[in-house]
Amino acid sequence: MVMEREVMEFDVVVVGGGPAGLATAIRLKQLSTEHDFELSVCVLEKGSEIGAHILSGAVLEPRALNELLPEWRAQGAPLNTAVTDDRFLFLTKTKAFRLPTPPPMRNHGNYIVSLGNVCRWLAQQAEALGVDIYPGFAAAEVLYHAEGSVKGVATGDMGRTKEGAEGPNFAPGMELHAKQTIFAEGCRGSLTKTLFERFQLRSGVDTQVYGIGIKELWEVTPAQHQAGRVTHTIGWPVDQATYGGSFIYHLEDNLVAVGYVLGLGYSNPYLSPFEEMQRFKTHSAIRETFAGGRRISYGARAISAGGFQSIPKLTFPGGLLVGDTAGFLNLPKIKGSHTAMKSGMTAAEAVFELLRAGEQAGREAVDYSSRLRSTWLWDELYRVRNIKPAFHWGLWPALGYSALDTYVLRGKAPWTFHHTPDHTSLKPAAQCKPINYPKPDGQLTFDKLSSVFLSNTNHAEDQPCHLTLLDASLPTRLNLAVYAGPEQRYCPAGVYEYVEEAGTQRLQINSQNCVHCKTCDIKDPAQNINWVTPEGSGGPNYPNM
Amino acid sequence: MVALVIAEHNNVTLNIATLNAVAAASQLGAVEILVAGHQCQAVADAAAQVSGIGKVLLADAAHYAHMLAENLAPLVVGLAANYSHLLAAATTNGKNVMPRVAALLDVAQVSDIITVVSEDTFVRPIYAGNVLATVQSSDQIKVLTVRTTGFDPVPASGGSATIETISVGPDAGLSTFQGDELTKTTRPELAAAKIVVSGGRGVGSAENFALIEELADQLGAAVGASRAAVDAGYVPNDYQVGQTGKVVAPQLYVAIGISGAIQHLAGMKDSKVIVAINKDEEAPIFQVADYGLVGDLFKEVPALIAALSK
Amino acid sequence: MKILVAVKRAIDYNVKARPKSDGSGVELSNVKMSMNPFDEIAVEEAIRLQEAGKGQEIVAVSIGSAQCQETLRTALAMGADRGILVQTDDEVQPLAVAKLLKALVDKEQPGLVILGKQAIDDDSNQTGQMLAGLLGWPQGTFAAKVEIGEGTLEVRREVDGGLQILSLKLPAVVTADLRLNEPRYVKLPNIMKAKKKPLEVFTPAELSVDIAPRLKLLKAAEPAGRTGGVKVADVQELVAKLRNEAKVI
Repeated sequence: MVMEREVMEFDVVVVGGGPAGLATAIRLKQLSTEHDFELSVCVLEKGSEIGAHILSGAVLEPRALNELLPEWRAQGAPLNTAVTDDRFLFLTKTKAFRLPTPPPMRNHGNYIVSLGNVCRWLAQQAEALGVDIYPGFAAAEVLYHAEGSVKGVATGDMGRTKEGAEGPNFAPGMELHAKQTIFAEGCRGSLTKTLFERFQLRSGVDTQVYGIGIKELWEVTPAQHQAGRVTHTIGWPVDQATYGGSFIYHLEDNLVAVGYVLGLGYSNPYLSPFEEMQRFKTHSAIRETFAGGRRISYGARAISAGGFQSIPKLTFPGGLLVGDTAGFLNLPKIKGSHTAMKSGMTAAEAVFELLRAGEQAGREAVDYSSRLRSTWLWDELYRVRNIKPAFHWGLWPALGYSALDTYVLRGKAPWTFHHTPDHTSLKPAAQCKPINYPKPDGQLTFDKLSSVFLSNTNHAEDQPCHLTLLDASLPTRLNLAVYAGPEQRYCPAGVYEYVEEAGTQRLQINSQNCVHCKTCDIKDPAQNINWVTPEGSGGPNYPNM
Repeated sequence: MVALVIAEHNNVTLNIATLNAVAAASQLGAVEILVAGHQCQAVADAAAQVSGIGKVLLADAAHYAHMLAENLAPLVVGLAANYSHLLAAATTNGKNVMPRVAALLDVAQVSDIITVVSEDTFVRPIYAGNVLATVQSSDQIKVLTVRTTGFDPVPASGGSATIETISVGPDAGLSTFQGDELTKTTRPELAAAKIVVSGGRGVGSAENFALIEELADQLGAAVGASRAAVDAGYVPNDYQVGQTGKVVAPQLYVAIGISGAIQHLAGMKDSKVIVAINKDEEAPIFQVADYGLVGDLFKEVPALIAALSK
Repeated sequence: MKILVAVKRAIDYNVKARPKSDGSGVELSNVKMSMNPFDEIAVEEAIRLQEAGKGQEIVAVSIGSAQCQETLRTALAMGADRGILVQTDDEVQPLAVAKLLKALVDKEQPGLVILGKQAIDDDSNQTGQMLAGLLGWPQGTFAAKVEIGEGTLEVRREVDGGLQILSLKLPAVVTADLRLNEPRYVKLPNIMKAKKKPLEVFTPAELSVDIAPRLKLLKAAEPAGRTGGVKVADVQELVAKLRNEAKVI
């Protein structure tokens, strides 16, 4: 960078305005007030507003929120729908069997929420406490001190042309310097990825594995609506070797959130998570919920599924990781917001002590990891650590093992199973059967582009493509030739297309459609796709997701 | 009830959009037309021929030559007491003048109506056509602009209205016309064009887009493109029709080699007539096209150009 | 010369609006709201005039709920000098907006008022023209270019089929069209500075303006989807249909 950039100084910069980042900022400001110790805290968010990029089921376990903001009810938190009914179904192609709800999936005391709206509310609380929140600015680069510690982040340049040149309205990025920089980017953070490498944060821990969650929000007929009902399914439409399941949550105002989570360790390159989700809705036990309703929103997001054994080293000089970018999601519970918030609150306490002790920039808040070990978060993730890896054996052995692990061993088994990286799991197309998905009917099932339309996603037209290829020739040479172009199917937003031009195939990247789910960055077989932040405020504009 | 339609013209010919406005007005009652211009007797004569017109009011003065709102609005306001409704086509002129008229009368305007429900209730698109609002006016005089695609024009002939020359108002002296600057190419502006010819990825290359342009010129149309064609680099960004590009609602939209992704449909679905030419008969564009032609665009488009030039 | 710019808080242009299921209005709960894009262009133009030495103070005005303060802060972060919010939770239709703006013009005495040509929510395209009418000022609507001269303003207007050039006597009202300029990106430090810029709040009553709506929304509905028409066999049939049936060529 030759360009001289403007600099702003803060005590703490938080990258990402989701539950983890906002909980961190709130806790820091609370401590600052309690101890009468002045602290400047800034939150950067790449979405156009807080909540714009937040997508989750979501059933929220209020444990962390109770600790952070015990008066949340009086303060108007949008936790409006208590869970009243919990169902767990096993689906075959034609039938549905009700199974006992496994303990981690019991939701008594939890709330069905729009996590985006919860974040909007958290942001209001944070601002009231004096946190500076800047939506529309993407942290695009980690800055380092000469001695190697993290100095802060730089926001991305605005107004570069497709070719990378400075356009007429070019505005260079800003440097935000901080004593501590908190990375709360959510699953598969693009800066976190560079930190893993730079500080070797993943050495000695399991690889991270992921799932993709695809969600739709529906307004259903009052007759089909039962506020507070939670349904989870496993089984059909995916085969027993594939990790996948659905959720159907009935919120307030005739709204129903329906989603499908599919493990990205699947092997058949012809599989399309999007189509599985569409097909799932057509099951005889499911479809009537949506009859006569209208779909009002759509989106997708990757989640971390590795759990306990995949948690990296969390701190490094000048900063630390909180929330799902560190992988704190509890997969058997399919919940990560409570752990994200708890990790942020714990990090805030460690960082606050460090700063109050007068430590200058670039120190490592090592205390964060040890504090975390004594919280419920650590215990919770430890207990369920063997359940996801057991699914490597297929559905029934895994369910059997899960029962044993949960009821008999209570998570205290003297062994820990390990993960294999998702991008290595695809088999060559020649060894797999193409899957014939049914055509969308435009009522219950839809095509990808009309779905993406409802995510309200957009990116300024003339900017460098944020889906970068390390080797531009590899997609046709490897992805298409060997794996039949799997990115066309795993991308839930129709970003990747192979198009024929003058008799040869070419990968067309429709980056404007991107919903920032990060699946391509995870699943590309040669790890050739590197997802970087586009211009700030680009990406989806999810309402009520 | 008598409605007054403000004629749109260039002092020589009556703009056809006026006939759409007359169509809306005639659903409200008797219709009269105001022709305000300079040396515009020919326009008044043409207006008198329009089917269903009771009377043409002619106001001829130099300061009406260019429909300047500052001069035209007071003239209309002075006539308003005789009318229940004042209408103009929602052209740039109509949109410029009518709200000023409404404000001077202290009444609301209902913009861009597409349906007359009753004498005080109208349907108009809002939110870029994503929502249709039915609105009721509580004002004595209703000021309306009329979206031309919402009403079929009344016949330009068959009428025999009387022409009454009315006294003109003063020049307000607030604004003066300096000149026109027609777009350099003869091609109209995409957003305002009456006919749009758009190409998609099926066109195949930037060079092949010349074919789309040739057809557009044959039709006097603007050239548009789908996002796929823009992304593929065939044409610049400002050609793009659709969600993130322009929203167009021409009389005729010709989609060539465009599959019809919803993002594109969002930008052109309010067009009056849609024609699609595509080799894939399953393409979603055919679900919205009034006239579909399944075939190879490289064969069909040259044939179409030839047929049109006959 | 003082410049007054009007900014409306409207649905973000990336967000697809849909009617509420009961037809009583448009669903806006938790939907991203932004400054109306045409108003952003208006603010940008005011700043450019100021930067060119043609304007002194820029006053941004918004009308609506308390959240419109955010919209004003955006205008201030772009470069406006101070803000005025006319705060009300009631619906304010274009005529009432024009009357409120007139009251503020009487108070502030600007030499130029710039507005967006229309808001992308109600698509009325009225307020600027109405304001000019109420003030008895000339109007340069759908501006693609403005140049300030000696007591006059030359405006190039986007009209059907091309551009029209008018000379207006100042003071005047201008409404911004898409090609007037491309608004700048707001910079982080300017957002911080904007928080400290002055922002006054009035109520419609304090400005003695009656904002009672004149139009009543009876129903908001989704437009009927288009249905496919006919397939034609060849170009001859197509041309015949377009000429004789559709009558569009």
